Amino acid sequence: MLTRANLFGALVFVAVAISALFLPPWLVSLATIAFANALVVLGLVILWRTGLVPFGQALFYAIGAYAVALIGRYTPIRDVFVVVLAGAVAAGVVAYVIGFLLARYREIFFAMLSLAMSMILYGILVKSEALGSTDGFHVEAGSFLGWRPQGALRNLALFWLVLGFCAIAAWVVGVYFRSVAGSMAIPMRDNEIRVEFLGLSVDRLVHLKLVISGVLAGIGGALAALAVQHVDPQMAYWTTSGGFVFVTVLAGAGSVAAAFVGSLAFELVRSIAVALLPGAWQLILGSALLLTILFLPEGLGSLYSRLRRKPAAPKEQPGGPS
Amino acid sequence: MSGAILSVRDLEKTFGSVVAARDISIDVPPLQTVGIIGANGAGKTTFVNMITGHLRPSKGTIHFEDRDITGLPSRTITRLGISRSFQVAQVFPSLTVIENMRAAAAIGRGKDSVIAQAMTPLDSPQARSEADAAVDLFQIARYRDARAATLPQGVRKLLDIAMAVAGHPRVLLLDEPTSGISIEEKFGLMDVVMSALKTRKITVLFVEHDMEIVGRFADRVLAFYDGTVIADEKPQTVLANPKVQAFISGTKPLNEDALHA
Repeated sequence: MLTRANLFGALVFVAVAISALFLPPWLVSLATIAFANALVVLGLVILWRTGLVPFGQALFYAIGAYAVALIGRYTPIRDVFVVVLAGAVAAGVVAYVIGFLLARYREIFFAMLSLAMSMILYGILVKSEALGSTDGFHVEAGSFLGWRPQGALRNLALFWLVLGFCAIAAWVVGVYFRSVAGSMAIPMRDNEIRVEFLGLSVDRLVHLKLVISGVLAGIGGALAALAVQHVDPQMAYWTTSGGFVFVTVLAGAGSVAAAFVGSLAFELVRSIAVALLPGAWQLILGSALLLTILFLPEGLGSLYSRLRRKPAAPKEQPGGPS
Repeated sequence: MSGAILSVRDLEKTFGSVVAARDISIDVPPLQTVGIIGANGAGKTTFVNMITGHLRPSKGTIHFEDRDITGLPSRTITRLGISRSFQVAQVFPSLTVIENMRAAAAIGRGKDSVIAQAMTPLDSPQARSEADAAVDLFQIARYRDARAATLPQGVRKLLDIAMAVAGHPRVLLLDEPTSGISIEEKFGLMDVVMSALKTRKITVLFVEHDMEIVGRFADRVLAFYDGTVIADEKPQTVLANPKVQAFISGTKPLNEDALHA
């Protein structure tokens, strides 16, 4: 699977990793959160391409985050690789279980059912005194295979950790997009009956998408928990889910790279907006989304493909770079 | 089962108190081309839907290559080797003709499991060459890069049928292949379809309203009336049957003699 696009993607990741050494610490921290969230967005893109919009993806995000926090609290395990993978597995299992129900629904019913699931978790977390209720609780600083960096070095190490997970996720999702199952996104949106009568179960295809997107959101949440060193029920709240949908619209579902670019752009715009208009930054963010929808209905990702589109570009490789 | 590829016994389907099909028993030998005629509501599509697993029969059995397939889900039946096309062509409008074919060929080549399909690339030399061969065989290569949404009705029908046979079925059911096609185009379309299916060695059952087409392309005709098969013989014999003429083809008005013939 060593295509030119993969090689290009790998080079970009390495370049970004190296550039972190020369960037101001605030930007590295911002990018850490942005890329952790980009994994959630990447999961949304997988569903979005089939026309499914989950308004409760924060469910998996919060499960990944709380898994890391709980391991830190109740076990001696501190290794970041182990705890992030535990977060991924926890979110994947939840996605698999609720997928049996959720995969039978489409459109607004899918969106609302997903929202309901996430709000159930929010309700449970808020009522759990042992988990700090609405305040949440502290997340233990992890160790990197025994190494425990401090201060600025820890921030760098975390950034590289996030970047590593992003690179793997981007590659896996790229392979998935080019697979038979991954290529069914548009066919499923077009005509479920035909997909069924060709011999593939549409419900199972949706179920698989849910599990992949759940795992990605779980990894994103786990990494965010490590970066922020705190978890609270807000991570499962519907506004968090809405934020991810917002970034997905901003990024567009055209390519894997769009999720990362979109997420970074979102965090940057938000930081700038908060600095400029501390009381009304949502106004700027809303305007940014409005302009995107008006002028780039297929998202920021489409800017790239618009610039390099050749007259007879092959259409059946929606994976794009990385 | 006596060498029949498809064998139906005492098939019945009821929706509440409405009987959509009853007492249907048919054996289809391999490579036969069977025409299915009948007025609207006579049970033709119900019959097709039961064989392809879209509807579960209320009673009776369906055997395919000596295997009981009664009540299996449509996906499983497709995988076993019975495919179908639709009265309204079911294609992927956003994709081009060749992309439609490649998707169909890739699914047909792969397994039922979505996890296996998630690890198989869509684009493979085999799926490509199968898709190329299919658009040639069904004579739609001229439209290969046109989006399916923009196709003329006849081409869309051909694409639908080409996709239905992408998984190499042994039996194909065509639900009104010529509906929505102008009279001038009907024969040409059926010529292409039938010769392609002969090449692929597929047993065909097709639902059709045009008696001329039935007479020309079928080896055998099943006439449905009120949920049952009232005639099952060679086309000429069936079309000359007074009951068929009275109830289905409309070539003779209904009279008392017809009912006792």
